[in-house]
Amino acid sequence: MRQPFPAKAFDQVILGCVNVIADEMNPARIAALRLGMGDQMPAFTVQINCGSGMQSIDTAFRYIQNGTANLILAGGTDSLSHSPLVFRQGAVEQFASVNAAKGTWSKLRAATGFRPRHFAPVIGLERGLTDPIVELNMGQTAEILAHQFAISRKAADTYAAESHKRLARAQEEGRLIDEVSPAVSRDGEAYDHDDGVRPDSAADKLATLKPAFERPWGKVTPGNSSQITDGASWVILASEEAVKAHRLEPMAVIIDSEWSALDPSVMGLGPVLCATEIVKRRKLDRGDIDVWELNEAFATQVLACLAAWEDEAFCKEVLGLDGAFGAIDRERFNVDGGAIALGHPVGASGNRITLHLATAMRRLGLKRGIATECIGGGQGGAMLLEAA
Amino acid sequence: MAGKVVAALSDRALELGPAAHVSKGRWEHWRLATSQTGVAWLLLDRADTRTNTLNDKVLVELNSILEDLEVSKPKGLVIRSAKTSGFAYGADVNDLATMTDPPEIEARISEANGVFDRLAALPVTKVAVIHGQCLGGGLELALCCDWRIAIAGTKLGFPEVLLGLHPGLGGAARSTHLIDPIQAMTMMLTGKAADARKAKRLGLVDAVTEERHVAAAVADGLAGKLRRNRPGTLSHAFALRPARSVAARKMRAETAKKARQAHYPAPYALIDLWEAHGGSRKAMHKAEAASFGKLLQTDTSRNLVRAYFLREALKKNAGEQRDFAHVHVVGAGTMGGEIAAWCAWQGLRVTLGDVDVKPIGAALARARELYDKIGKDDAATRDALDRLIPDTKGYGIAHADIVIEAVPEKLDLKQKIYAGLEAGMKKDAVLATNTSSIPLDRLSKGLKRPARFIGLHFFNPVSRMQLVEVVSHDKASADALAAGSAFVGRISRLPAPVRSAPGFLVNRALMPYLVEALTLVDEGEKAETVDEVAERFGMPMGPIELADQVGLDICVEVADVLRDGLDQSIPSTPDWLRKKVADGELGRKSGQGLYAWKDGKPSKSSPSVHHADETTDRLILPLLNACVACLREGVVADTETLDGAMIFGTGFAPFRGGPMHYARTRGTGDIKVTLKRLAERYGERFTPDPGWDDLT
Repeated sequence: MRQPFPAKAFDQVILGCVNVIADEMNPARIAALRLGMGDQMPAFTVQINCGSGMQSIDTAFRYIQNGTANLILAGGTDSLSHSPLVFRQGAVEQFASVNAAKGTWSKLRAATGFRPRHFAPVIGLERGLTDPIVELNMGQTAEILAHQFAISRKAADTYAAESHKRLARAQEEGRLIDEVSPAVSRDGEAYDHDDGVRPDSAADKLATLKPAFERPWGKVTPGNSSQITDGASWVILASEEAVKAHRLEPMAVIIDSEWSALDPSVMGLGPVLCATEIVKRRKLDRGDIDVWELNEAFATQVLACLAAWEDEAFCKEVLGLDGAFGAIDRERFNVDGGAIALGHPVGASGNRITLHLATAMRRLGLKRGIATECIGGGQGGAMLLEAA
Repeated sequence: MAGKVVAALSDRALELGPAAHVSKGRWEHWRLATSQTGVAWLLLDRADTRTNTLNDKVLVELNSILEDLEVSKPKGLVIRSAKTSGFAYGADVNDLATMTDPPEIEARISEANGVFDRLAALPVTKVAVIHGQCLGGGLELALCCDWRIAIAGTKLGFPEVLLGLHPGLGGAARSTHLIDPIQAMTMMLTGKAADARKAKRLGLVDAVTEERHVAAAVADGLAGKLRRNRPGTLSHAFALRPARSVAARKMRAETAKKARQAHYPAPYALIDLWEAHGGSRKAMHKAEAASFGKLLQTDTSRNLVRAYFLREALKKNAGEQRDFAHVHVVGAGTMGGEIAAWCAWQGLRVTLGDVDVKPIGAALARARELYDKIGKDDAATRDALDRLIPDTKGYGIAHADIVIEAVPEKLDLKQKIYAGLEAGMKKDAVLATNTSSIPLDRLSKGLKRPARFIGLHFFNPVSRMQLVEVVSHDKASADALAAGSAFVGRISRLPAPVRSAPGFLVNRALMPYLVEALTLVDEGEKAETVDEVAERFGMPMGPIELADQVGLDICVEVADVLRDGLDQSIPSTPDWLRKKVADGELGRKSGQGLYAWKDGKPSKSSPSVHHADETTDRLILPLLNACVACLREGVVADTETLDGAMIFGTGFAPFRGGPMHYARTRGTGDIKVTLKRLAERYGERFTPDPGWDDLT
């Protein structure tokens, strides 16, 4: 709607979605039709778990790069409140009754935009978010990383509280106005921001929560994990030719992308592998990356990634670097908070962090940035952007 | 909207059997061909129209076709329409309008019945294949066949009652003897169409299928393999007169709730007919034709036919079709939300703008409620909601072919909004205001493109009120006005061009009537009595109830605007009414006005009518007087537009054919004299407008 060209001008639609519901087997095509893009619009759905929303961008990027398309709508979406594939029926009911007690379940269920829930009972997700190969829940993989990189409960809670603060500030200052479209639920409730944010969040309050996955001594709690939410995000990719033809103003240029894989039990380190690979390939170093967006699946997992880059032995042995990659400036890292505060609708997040990286780079007037996420099953995806 | 591929295949849509590729041959309105197996396919395909209706010529041709078929004796006969729009819409209303001479009416009815009876008697198995609309005479034609196969989604009904009639070609007799008579009577009394599924349940059709299975279904029909739903055994009881009398009493009571016998005789005539003759199809058929002939000559029927043509005339104001891909509506209040919801339902992409997302959310919820009510179709509701886009940032302005402003009635607020809109709008897009009280020449001051600025005055609720006033002003271009009218046509509303003057046409005519009603209450008359008098005249709702419905605050405001802007005196608003408004007793929306409202209905005590004629004149004549003033001042071009606008904008007694038609029927001289008398007694507000002298 805010673009000068008609919806039918796109060449195709690619949508990342993890929890495809039985009623809508190719959500990309359904979205294309319902967006009024015309019945001649090819559309397909991609699925690589938590990387799906970035995979759609990457696929579009490659199509444009090799000249087969000029203008692609690439998105990511998931409605975790609609996910019969993830939840066992019993878990859905449990999830529903817990939420119904708070009185907002019906709204959440019906809503289609960003509808973050605070402190979602992750316990109901065990089946869907459990790796079938290593038989570990995603939260447990975050516990492993906390152990291996000595991330304390306090550090995780502090990180989580900071995520809320940063998002709250971004919302308050109107930084997200152009990025977040208001959504209206079926019963007319209007949402103009992600309401999972808790501006009053503090580490000492979070410290009172019980571990979600490994009681009684675990460090991963609902408070320092990403929220289970519904969400959707779209990005427009255009070739130079399309930019000229439609007089578009690019937000950023995609320079490179990379996908890496590793042992599913430490899937949370995925970003370290793929992001480093791009930096190496582009002959850059840590100082050349001005802004980072690293998806906050779990606070311990994020902190483990940061720690891994500072870990000389790990960097030498695993990443093939001469020494430690080094410490990333926290002021340039997840500058407006992340999934802990606004939610992690699995298929949408990779798309959202890439989009947000571009808007953050523009706002800060910085040149280069990497968006990256860990992927359940033991993968990582990363994308290098430069200011347009 | 069909895509390229579907469009390319569209002429393969209808199964027309062997008649698919034959030309009309000897006939103008029918096509006939016989298959290799000896089955004749007879297609109704009126030459001069896009839809099928039945007129004299169609029936004369059918008669001679039947004559041939009686000789050629095909193995079976399939009757269907070659038009994609449907089977047949019923009798050609143009034809009805020309029938005035009683003996001629009788002769023509009997002739038409003769043709239908000849078809029914044709000694071959007859299968009607029905799609789209199958109404009135169309359904009566289908009822002459042995089997009826309907395409899913077909609408079957008897809308005659809406024209002050009932079926007259055996429809009443055949339907009450084919299906449960109570169901048949209900269809005829309400005029409501049944869809194919319901019709199948009732036994009105024998199969419901898709176009792709028509050939197979026809074969089964000819082979006698279809199964008809028979009415329950209970309906056999209605063969007995006492049982019919009990049911008839109930029908009369139900009908009385909707329409008075004095105003609408047709449903009562139909009930009498069935009560007396329902035991015998033959007797009922004979009586049906006679009663139909009588009804055709009633003022009610003639005026309802007139209203039908007034509606067609308003429709024609829409002129040539134009493309409207996108509408932007500013203001998500009651009217803005209604307009946006309606446009989206009519297939347009709509952005609904407001500074805050909350009212947009509320408007979307109301839209959803509306769609659930009028559509009952989940996919259609979803699609309409997909087209209705919340737009707090005004992204839609640049895409819109037309922008409709529906913000509160404040001049400076509107002007400020226009400045923002004009900067972002396409140069050739139309900017329309939904104002009901601010003159357009004031609003247009400061506009960069006043020529593209017009008024589109909608009525609440948009989904039910068909009229939209298309308001001009001195600087508006003819093209913008034409675009406005075309837009109104595009969203299936009726455009009435009016000139910008206080209250435009509808409110200006309505206000003296409403304020006079309040004056009567002020004088001590019961509100219920005033309403009853107006309803006896034929208004769909009494003026006091209407004032509550519209909102007393709005009534006071519009009355003030009219009083300020016009010479014509409007009685001053009683102080107690202003106080009511100040106290927040605004009518229906606040739960308390002149009536107490509960669940959208006013609680009323019984009226006590004494001086009905005088009170009627005090209410209705000021309305007529204002109409005449509008004509004289050129607010509206002619009496036909005026009558149509008043019927479809206010519900003015349709069976009276519109206010000016009523005035003519009663005699303009008599009205002038009465107005003078009222002026002497009650004040100069009744002084006849000079325009009465120009009326002939």
